[in-house]
Amino acid sequence: MLRPPRNTLNERAVGWWRVQWLLMTAVHVLPLAVLGALIGSARFWLLLSAAVLAVAGAAATVLFPLWWFRTHRWEITEDAVYVRTGFFWQEWRIAPMSRIQTVDTVRGPLEQLYRLATVTVTTASAKGAVRIQGLDHEVAADLAQQLTRITRDTPGDAT
Amino acid sequence: MSTAAPPADWRRLDPRTVLVTALVVAGVVAGAAIPVTLGLTRWFGLPAAVLQVLAGAVLVIGAAAGADRVRWHRTRYRVGEERVELHTGLLLVKRRSLARTRIRTVDLTANLMLRLLGLVTVRIGTGEQGHDSTLELDPVTRTEGERLRRLLLEHTAPPGIHREGELAVLDPRWIRYAPVSFVAPMLGGAAVGAVLQVSDWVGAQGEVIEWVGDRFRETPLLWVVIALVLAALVAGVVGALGLWIEMWWNYRLEREPGGTLRVRRGLFTSRSISVEEARLRGVDLVEPLGVRLVGAARLDAITTGLAKDHEAKNADHNTLLPAAPRTRADAVAADVLRETATPTGAALTPHPRAARGRRVRWSLAAVLGPVLVLTVLGALLTPVLLWIALGCTVVLVPVAVALALDAYRGLGHALSGRYLVTRSGTVRRSTAALERAGVIGWTVRQSVFQRRAGLLSITATTAAGGGAYTAYDTDASEGLTFAAEAVPGLLEPFLERVEHTGP
Repeated sequence: MLRPPRNTLNERAVGWWRVQWLLMTAVHVLPLAVLGALIGSARFWLLLSAAVLAVAGAAATVLFPLWWFRTHRWEITEDAVYVRTGFFWQEWRIAPMSRIQTVDTVRGPLEQLYRLATVTVTTASAKGAVRIQGLDHEVAADLAQQLTRITRDTPGDAT
Repeated sequence: MSTAAPPADWRRLDPRTVLVTALVVAGVVAGAAIPVTLGLTRWFGLPAAVLQVLAGAVLVIGAAAGADRVRWHRTRYRVGEERVELHTGLLLVKRRSLARTRIRTVDLTANLMLRLLGLVTVRIGTGEQGHDSTLELDPVTRTEGERLRRLLLEHTAPPGIHREGELAVLDPRWIRYAPVSFVAPMLGGAAVGAVLQVSDWVGAQGEVIEWVGDRFRETPLLWVVIALVLAALVAGVVGALGLWIEMWWNYRLEREPGGTLRVRRGLFTSRSISVEEARLRGVDLVEPLGVRLVGAARLDAITTGLAKDHEAKNADHNTLLPAAPRTRADAVAADVLRETATPTGAALTPHPRAARGRRVRWSLAAVLGPVLVLTVLGALLTPVLLWIALGCTVVLVPVAVALALDAYRGLGHALSGRYLVTRSGTVRRSTAALERAGVIGWTVRQSVFQRRAGLLSITATTAAGGGAYTAYDTDASEGLTFAAEAVPGLLEPFLERVEHTGP
């Protein structure tokens, strides 16, 4: 079997994921609740669906980040980038250093709040990108620098 | 820009482009002229209307031809030692240049009119995504196009078994595979749609439907439906035959000295597509269901940097061989890959029985889900739906099970010499032979259900073709061993030996 990659993400990623789930739940529940309060004839069904969504969203907010934190892992060796993601649909991705074309670091507004960053490593394949989300932003910067250095020193035309 | 002739090494497009543009625009104008004339007769007499339309037509054609004349005047290109350069643009001058070492494809196309004038459109590409990677010379003479093609694709041949010259030519008997492709029913449906649409434009849709109804006044409904479906199918078959002739007439696949594969084909619009062998990462033997049932297969190239722009949207851009007998397709695959035996014919490792169960469950769920909905609705509303649900179950369940079993039989993977081979699919079975050196990463996926069944899906990512080729539902440990062997050193560091528990 494939062994798990060595490093876990930053613990703050759990909070970051929870905020994302909360926002997503709110975006769906609030309009339904408001409509339910305004439209008398359909109140029961609107509020019912709002409640169902709220409960599901709350469960996801509590559970998914915990599960993800346990399964999401990453590792950089001299030869490859190795990442594991997903809980129900687990996915392992391996990209060899010699084939890496670009290394991007992205920090969205929420990530900045949590001092996190996402590193995306792309290869020449349209379907081979490797993404590490929820890294501490300093770790991510170091990582991007390290990757850029290794790929520069590794020969090959990346296709 | 001066009006003087360009310096010696700069060349111009063929001046007859002005004539071509004028003729094309004239054709469009002629099509529009009749309804416009008819419309104008409402206010003017017929002679006046005709005169006005003629004047308008001359103006439009003249403007288009004039614009094209300016474009011709301002366009020039040069093949230098290092770079190919193109200067063009009506108002702004666009200067574009490609490094010659990066040029991967030189494709020539000529529609009927260009062919009559002995002209071609040349598309020079580096094979990268995006618009800036293609230079288009529209048009130049055919000899000039050939000269550019040979000049720009001149490289040293890779070593290996050589067979230069003709690898395959069209066998007219292959046309028998055209009607069984998916094109036929699609064209049939399109024909029916077109009849209704056109009659709707002239406001006679109701009359058409009524006329059809009149023909069948005495016949029972079932026969009407069957007759109409048959008529649509016949139209589709005729269309498919016509399309096949237009696309594949004069087809030939050649290997040219210097390691370039070249496909030439087309009855009215002639196309020449060149694939540099250094960019070839394998072949994909594609068998759509209908074609497979009559023992045929199509061959596609898996190459990096085959243009993915608008021109390539029609998927036949990377087809090396149209649907032909399976043995012929295998032989061509071997020739193309410079192998003695084709990897697409290699014996494949079948996948575990659990994969069969998964496929049967999926297809049953796909059939029984709608049936369940119908049943519930039928119980609530009307018993007619119950009968429909029963009919669907009786007809579709065997079909679904047969497809699922066939899909399972199709699954397989193997290593064959320099290639790794994966096969999957039932409606469109694809046997992809991908060069192991072309694998640039792995993606391993395992759902909760797959984990319980001891399966996983392994995807080899590559810069070529579809970008990823997957062996679905392999045995967990066997699949990982396969991937580790395929590309030594990439997956091994992350593997650990564990005692295999579970089924």
